[in-house]
Amino acid sequence: MSGNTELSALFDRGYEHGFVTDIESDTIAAGLDESVVRLISARKREPKFLLDWRLRAFAHWRQMREPHWAHLHYPPIDYQAISYFSAPKPRGDAPKSLADVDPKLLETYAKLGVPLHERARLAGVAVDAVFDSVSVATTFKSRLAEAGVVFCPFSEAVHSHPELLEQYLGSVVPYTDNFYATLNCAVFSDGSFVYVPPGVRCPMELSTYFRINAANTGQFERTLIIADAGSHVSYLEGCTAPMRDENQLHAAVVELVALDDAQIKYSTVQNWYPGDAEGRGGIFNFVTKRGECRGRNSRISWTQVETGSAITWKYPGCVLRGENSVGEFYSVATANNHQQADTGTKMIHIGANSRSTIVSKGISAGHGQNTYRGLVKIMPSAHGARNFTRCDSLLLGSQCGAHTFPYLESRNALATVEHEASTSRISEDQLFYCQQRGLGPEDAVNMIVSGFCREVFKELPMEFAVEAQNLLAVTLEGAVG
Amino acid sequence: MNAPLLQIDDLRVSVAGTAVLHGVSLTVRAGEVHAIMGPNGSGKSTLAHVLAGRPGYTITGGAVRFDGTDLLAMAPEERARAGLFLGFQYPVEIAGVNNAYLLKAALNARRRQRGEAEIDAFDFLNMVRAKMRVMQIDEALLTRGVNEGFSGGEKKRNEILQMLVLEPRLAVLDETDSGLDIDALKVVGRGINTLRSPDRAVALVTHYQRLLDHVVPDQVHVLARGRIVRSGDRELALELERRGYDWLLEAAAAVA
Ligand SMILES: Nc1ncnc2c1ncn2[C@@H]1O[C@H](COP(=O)(O)OP(=O)(O)OP(=O)(O)O)[C@@H](O)[C@H]1O
Ligand SMILES: [Mg+2]
Repeated sequence: MSGNTELSALFDRGYEHGFVTDIESDTIAAGLDESVVRLISARKREPKFLLDWRLRAFAHWRQMREPHWAHLHYPPIDYQAISYFSAPKPRGDAPKSLADVDPKLLETYAKLGVPLHERARLAGVAVDAVFDSVSVATTFKSRLAEAGVVFCPFSEAVHSHPELLEQYLGSVVPYTDNFYATLNCAVFSDGSFVYVPPGVRCPMELSTYFRINAANTGQFERTLIIADAGSHVSYLEGCTAPMRDENQLHAAVVELVALDDAQIKYSTVQNWYPGDAEGRGGIFNFVTKRGECRGRNSRISWTQVETGSAITWKYPGCVLRGENSVGEFYSVATANNHQQADTGTKMIHIGANSRSTIVSKGISAGHGQNTYRGLVKIMPSAHGARNFTRCDSLLLGSQCGAHTFPYLESRNALATVEHEASTSRISEDQLFYCQQRGLGPEDAVNMIVSGFCREVFKELPMEFAVEAQNLLAVTLEGAVG
Repeated sequence: MNAPLLQIDDLRVSVAGTAVLHGVSLTVRAGEVHAIMGPNGSGKSTLAHVLAGRPGYTITGGAVRFDGTDLLAMAPEERARAGLFLGFQYPVEIAGVNNAYLLKAALNARRRQRGEAEIDAFDFLNMVRAKMRVMQIDEALLTRGVNEGFSGGEKKRNEILQMLVLEPRLAVLDETDSGLDIDALKVVGRGINTLRSPDRAVALVTHYQRLLDHVVPDQVHVLARGRIVRSGDRELALELERRGYDWLLEAAAAVA
């Protein structure tokens, strides 16, 4: 058997979420200048501090240049050809409850498998759904409110909790951080806001689904999660987009703050449209995610399953400021057809005895290029800091590539840093073994790939682990000819 | 006499451009146990792999029928689902894939083939646990990765466990006895005997008479240099134990 050619054929599959919802939306003309920034802020009736912050970011952004250090190749992005705001048109007033939400939207979520209706939420997941730029409906508010947890669209938090925003917004990812994050600060549309009060264990998983629907729009959502002292929260983010021939820009920012003894678990299942088999279309995903373990004994864990997007550029990281704080990064990234992923993490150790764990599983197929890029930085104050990093790459086919760039900067001689890396192919012996036990070649590949990703999947909340596994199976569908 | 379950006719196989099997013929009927012996490199594993459909072998001549159908035309997984089981000489490790999970997927593939419903998870566990007791396998191996970090003997016992769960029509066991301690050999022998029945057959590839003390074969074949040079009953295995293979090789050379 010419095993690997047949294997790569396994990857010819369709994108299941590529439908467009026919819905009236309120989209502003393409182009970006200060008036657009003011208009977005005005639409959302934002307080002055926020408008000023956006304007500072915008002025800064104009001085910045698009970075090109990543292992990514794509045509230049015309930032003037993008519309920076699109909202589904409200029927009469803005939706107050699910009953007021356009049924077509609800249908979209049903197709996406987002369980929006509260009664369907047996799993106990509260969902905040962001459609294009606006948060459409948030479920389970009341149960959360009882626990004192705030979980709402960002644009709502602007009015309900301005003091928290003013204190925390930009405190982890400053508006000067990087080209895409700065752009986001200027034009961000909506996103999710979470505040968990001291000592509260959030009674359910929180979840957001992002979807880009309108053509030629960019999506710039922002998420801010604050876990106050001794609190716990687990948050999941899912993403999809319709199939379009042109590329669409997604530049999100996520900021996490964990105070003393607090824990945040942030999981992502990213399935943006990856483009077609020839590499036409697909989402350009330039995302800045960072968490700060600000308090002692705090813990932030990032788990990501990245199967979509034409281009993925993201490095969810942790600033381990607190003594004994813990940062974790568990990642599965797949690059198939002409997808390119340049992803990894940054662990910045500042606090004494801070610890971090990095487990990255990269899967490349077709012409996919998968890069792990990670930085472990140990500051002089981080006595007794420890890092363990493992990067495994799995290649399916001969046209794809896996690259690993682990950077280490240690300024403390007492820190311990371990790094392991491997690159492998699915062996024909493994494939044959499974087939000899009666599994078809596709099932066999799925099983072996899932096994490869197991360490990461087991970090996901149970119901999403199943979803991630299915998504991966879809990614591998249609293989052996 | 039963109809042949496996019928190999003048099978010729080459690997990487070199002829390895030069016309092997063998008939195995339901209810029988055949032992295939022979010197290292004589083609025993090659024969077992070709029967199971492993890629990389070129069939240059001959035919194989399994239960009346053309075996060589079937995909490896179809052969497995039709009831052909290969116990591997070197079972491969598959990291992260739960041993029980693979076993259940394998069983369900076989059940679907027979038009049966998927097995209930509870029934499955009970059944597997009972068979693990027969094979004296530690239950912890069920939740480990497939063969991941298993000892040599554990791997072999796990192969027999899989066989007992899948209940194949024909089990081809490639040196399942190699590397087993004396007690484990008994356990494996008992496992194989559990499977023996009038509608199943077993082909044992082995280097030693020891296993045949536990699993008494109906026929013994000697494969040497890609040909079956002698067939007999269990007495032949005892004779080989005493005399080695040289006398057979010389006789075969004289004929050739
Ligand atoms: N992939 C391969 N490439 C080249 N030669 C091969 C390959 N596989 C098998 N052979 C050769 O075919 C011959 C038969 O090998 P096979 O593994 O079938 O022997 P065996 O009878 O099972 O031996 P043993 O008792 O040592 O297990 C050997 O000479 C071996 O080197
Ligand atoms: Mg052999």
